Amino acid sequence: MTGQSTVALGKIDDPIDKPALITRIRSLCRRQPLGAAGGIVVVVMCFAAAFAGFLTPYDPVANSLENMLSSPDGAHLMGTDEFGRDILTRVLYGARTALFIGLVAASLGATLGLVLGVASAYFGGIFDLVVQRIVDIFLAFPLVIMALAVVATLGPGVQNVIIAITVPFIPQCARVVRSSALALREIPYVDAARALGFSHARIILRHMAPNVMAPFLIMLTYFVGQAILLEAVLSYLGMGVQDPTPAWGLMLKGGAEEFLESAPWLSIFPGLAITLAVFGFNLFGDALRDLLDPKLRSR
Amino acid sequence: MSKLLEVQDLHTRFHTTEGVVRAVDGISYDVSEGETVAIVGESGCGKSVGAMSILRLIPKPPGEIVEGSRILFAGEDLLSMDDDRIRHIRGGQISMVFQEPMTSLNPVLTIGLQLTETMMLHLGLDQAAADRRAIELLEMVGIGEAERRLRQYPHHFSGGMRQRVMIALALSCRPRLIIADEPTTALDVTIQAQILELMRTLTHQMGVALIIITHNLGVVARYAERVIVMYAGKIVETGTAEQIYHRPRHPYTIGLLKSVPRMDMARGKRLQPIEGQPPDLTRLGEGCPYRPRCAWAEDRCERSTPALENVGEGQIAACFNHRALADKESLAV
Repeated sequence: MTGQSTVALGKIDDPIDKPALITRIRSLCRRQPLGAAGGIVVVVMCFAAAFAGFLTPYDPVANSLENMLSSPDGAHLMGTDEFGRDILTRVLYGARTALFIGLVAASLGATLGLVLGVASAYFGGIFDLVVQRIVDIFLAFPLVIMALAVVATLGPGVQNVIIAITVPFIPQCARVVRSSALALREIPYVDAARALGFSHARIILRHMAPNVMAPFLIMLTYFVGQAILLEAVLSYLGMGVQDPTPAWGLMLKGGAEEFLESAPWLSIFPGLAITLAVFGFNLFGDALRDLLDPKLRSR
Repeated sequence: MSKLLEVQDLHTRFHTTEGVVRAVDGISYDVSEGETVAIVGESGCGKSVGAMSILRLIPKPPGEIVEGSRILFAGEDLLSMDDDRIRHIRGGQISMVFQEPMTSLNPVLTIGLQLTETMMLHLGLDQAAADRRAIELLEMVGIGEAERRLRQYPHHFSGGMRQRVMIALALSCRPRLIIADEPTTALDVTIQAQILELMRTLTHQMGVALIIITHNLGVVARYAERVIVMYAGKIVETGTAEQIYHRPRHPYTIGLLKSVPRMDMARGKRLQPIEGQPPDLTRLGEGCPYRPRCAWAEDRCERSTPALENVGEGQIAACFNHRALADKESLAV
């Protein structure tokens, strides 16, 4: 916005210099070692997802029957499955599926929840009452049941899985954001914005939403972890991503169950990937909450 | 001078669990083009609600502006116009300066953004033009290094400077009327004078009418041309600042004046506060609302409410005893 201005705003030195990125990361690691560990998991996962094609010579989908069920060795670090596909390759490509679905569903759900929650607090009255009772109804269902119900109605497929995961997130985020926004509603700048003639939409999106970023970001990271887990559950139950797309949940069914004793690597590695990813995102979210909430911040 | 704002029989009520609060109970007044009017009264007398009603900023429910009230701005009824039109008036034609400079600016948006957003909306300026005007405005209200300041956030500013920014914001779209709701209450005394002086200079320069809501009579004497004294949701007296100061005709106005310290007061003399509390606005019965606290209260004050009547030279007061009060010159402090 101001960045595009033709007035040369950038030329003057700003005395309020921000510390260098490196310094900030270092201090973050010191204060939040677990959060930093979570952050590393997140970064590694993103890296794996982005460069899966360069990190492994194998094809995640093509069968190679001569390599069926080989145990982990030099050629296949995590072994191969019943179709001779390299597990490591499928775990790396699986990160892509998991991250894609996780990020899209989490950001969609959190953003819609943000708008709904702020609007609910801003308008108040009957609107708030109705929205919050609907939220109550949605919150009464466990996450997995809700997602299953949505997929059962829409049918499987990546797009529908995203919708199925997004839907239960919206009311969760709306409830949390509303409570923060309620306090905001009483602060004079909201009245001031109204007195300046701004529309409801502008006040909600431009003036109130940025002020509830802290709970929003915490919900968002938590949602990514949850979404990855949900996607795995749905895929495992056969209602999510379909074969042969590499997905962690899918890798746990079929051969993994059949050869659980003779070839445990089939289930161990994708299972570890899911655990680590969810754990990583949750740690990251916790650290973020501690950093963004001044009351919890320890000096 | 032509009338810019005409408030006619404004009633604003709040529906609460304890009953209906008649926060503003039938007030009428005019503001002319370029005029400075002060509305005074103690906390809870309806001054702020009356001002917020002008821009229809009363939350509804529980608030309600009663049917039959009219607020004409340049001939147009603000209360009956549609939402788009009133949004156009807010900030564009009439702007407000709020009581709390510390919380009236959005903490997560830069000063520049908050200034330019408003001008882009109401004046249709593009970003570059809005930036230029924002710099001019900040310089006008006495903020140095305006270009750098534009990129800063409200927490980089002190209370007085934020109020200057609020004034810049209020003036940004060349309004015809500014409503300042206790603009200096939260500031240091030295800063108060600067801010008021600034508002007076700028509004005079630009020919903007100003309504100052305050409980500070010192502010009134120095900056207002006309004064409206409110009590319990009603206007009890209006007149020029001169009249209100030197010959008040309502016991409440007299009480207010006596409770303020003055430089010419004898040393050691005690201030005279107004005894008692303002009435509960849910239970206003018949009679003058000021009666329980009034030294001149009589039986008739209990039976009927005195109407506003002309007490000479445009001064209006709502008291049965205004003549008696006029005779006692000593009352006027």
